[in-house]
Amino acid sequence: MPNKTFFWFFLPTGLAMILFIGLPIISTGIQSFYAQHDQVVKEVKKCDPFGCTVSIVVDNEETTKLREAKPLGKFNGFGTYVDRNHLAIDEIKKFWNETESFGAFVDQVTNLPFYKALIFTLTYCLFVTPNVLLLGFIIALSLNAVARKIRGPLIFGTILPMIVTPLVGSLVLFWMIDSQGIIGANIQNLMNDPYLSLKSSKTLTWITIIIYGIWHHSPFAFVVFYAALQTVPQEPVEAAIIDGASRFQRIKHIVLPHIYPVVTFVALISLMDNFRVFEPIIGFSAEGSAQSLSWLIYDNLVNEEVILFGSAAATSMMTIVGIAILLAPVLIRTWKEFKTAR
Amino acid sequence: MDYGLDRKSTSLKTFNTVFIIVWLLIACFPFIWTFWGSFKVRADFFSRSDWWYAISAFNTLIETGGKFTTDAYTQAWTEGEFWKASKNTIIVTVFVVSISLFLGTLGAYALSRSTERYAFWILIAALIFRAMPHITLVSGYLFPFFQLQIWGILPTTIVVLVAINQPFTLWLLYSFFKTVPKELDESALIDGCSYFQAFRHIIMPVMWPGVITAGLFSLMLAYNDFTVTALLLNQENHTMVPKIQSYLGTNQHEGNLMWAVSAVVSATAPLFMLVMFFQRQVISGLTAGAVKG
Repeated sequence: MPNKTFFWFFLPTGLAMILFIGLPIISTGIQSFYAQHDQVVKEVKKCDPFGCTVSIVVDNEETTKLREAKPLGKFNGFGTYVDRNHLAIDEIKKFWNETESFGAFVDQVTNLPFYKALIFTLTYCLFVTPNVLLLGFIIALSLNAVARKIRGPLIFGTILPMIVTPLVGSLVLFWMIDSQGIIGANIQNLMNDPYLSLKSSKTLTWITIIIYGIWHHSPFAFVVFYAALQTVPQEPVEAAIIDGASRFQRIKHIVLPHIYPVVTFVALISLMDNFRVFEPIIGFSAEGSAQSLSWLIYDNLVNEEVILFGSAAATSMMTIVGIAILLAPVLIRTWKEFKTAR
Repeated sequence: MDYGLDRKSTSLKTFNTVFIIVWLLIACFPFIWTFWGSFKVRADFFSRSDWWYAISAFNTLIETGGKFTTDAYTQAWTEGEFWKASKNTIIVTVFVVSISLFLGTLGAYALSRSTERYAFWILIAALIFRAMPHITLVSGYLFPFFQLQIWGILPTTIVVLVAINQPFTLWLLYSFFKTVPKELDESALIDGCSYFQAFRHIIMPVMWPGVITAGLFSLMLAYNDFTVTALLLNQENHTMVPKIQSYLGTNQHEGNLMWAVSAVVSATAPLFMLVMFFQRQVISGLTAGAVKG
């Protein structure tokens, strides 16, 4: 296709992506170097028969004027990045000097909002992604073994958790697990502990959200693996059966190598999706004990008084860096393949 | 695929059946339970005293005189203004799907027929864009949208959702276009068609399965979106998912949980129906990128 034709065909979608994905990333980058204005204060001198006092009050008029003149806020450089709510460099230095043991230091650091969110996000990715791959693969193998006639409805039932939006999916589970729901109430009875509830324990909340993640994402892995299983050639499998290979050996040495590229694809996609975990935290009302990077940004953007654009932007930029680190191995591999192909 | 060689033992078969039944229970029961519970009153579905009330409908009988009640639905749709949210959802979904498909087919066709190196890099860039968490993009939109005073209205959200959806649509349609043989449009070009005519009259007619799949995924994205719609729309223009969240209540005001339950069922039912109808397309779409690419 000539370059000119390509240009006109690609222009609309290219423009949409540049304007609404490329530019926002740049806009986020710029915003992250600014912080909201401090309130303008003025000194008011008050005199009464006993003497004069000077008090400091907020000058609302001036503050509004300043905000209107420079809506982006004041230039802050990397200030937002290193403040307490983000990388917290000063605090970490202080903890390093003041705490006695390394454990105490780690304890202090992981209580800082950014690190807390980072650790939750990484834990979530680390537990959900492998389990999604495993469960998806097992379901695919297992459904592949049932009679073809009844597979349709079974597949429909299997993919239900995936097609609902994460907020709805987590709400539906939350209403059952909550202390007033069917599962929560029964666990209380079973454990004989009327105060046992999801919200009471941080570990329980994390486990619930991770289980939700596996429940929500496994169907995707299942669908892809199921389709890949249909393409596994039969001859080697039959040869292996005749040679006396066990079921496990057949899967390990024939099926898995065949679908290996698909496994990396699913792993990559589910890693990307898990890294942005956010809606389940709202669905499970777990803000208290589990915060993710995306949730931090959301929290800044729905702030009651002033929207913390700078703070949200700084967290966003660091999230993008995180995504880049996750994607780097794939991109490097593609680049190498591309170079050797030339 | 069964040639009689691969004989399964009875114990393996039983294990397999049990496993599938357990998994299907885990996957489907929450939805069935929510559907059941949406016809009860709050004191039953979220019972403080006994979870069995949700089945025996103890309080529902006292409060409404019947075992089932549709109060939650009628209240949420009228008082809770869920009708407005569903109207907004329909508007957003229809526009997002049609615009995404229009832009996506053109772009993906060009990508699939280009032999230049930049086509490869555009696809890689699209993959990187696909990885961006939506909330980071939203934090980039909010400030300029406030300044331009285009925040809170439906058209802005539609355009944003279309753009966010483009990378995935491009990849999906690209892999579908790749399966259409090049000779088809080349022969049309030789006969004197322009590229656009070949695209319009030769390629599009054989591409319907791919277009339907891509349309379904655009629809699911627009229909299910929370991040973008919750932050870029004002209260008045909220679509269904942010509306459900607003029923949950916050620290400041008490929500109405039963409204949320009935709204969840109302929002999920059409989606399930659609997927049941188009199940084959959904599955082919999910696997198109993986198996072929």
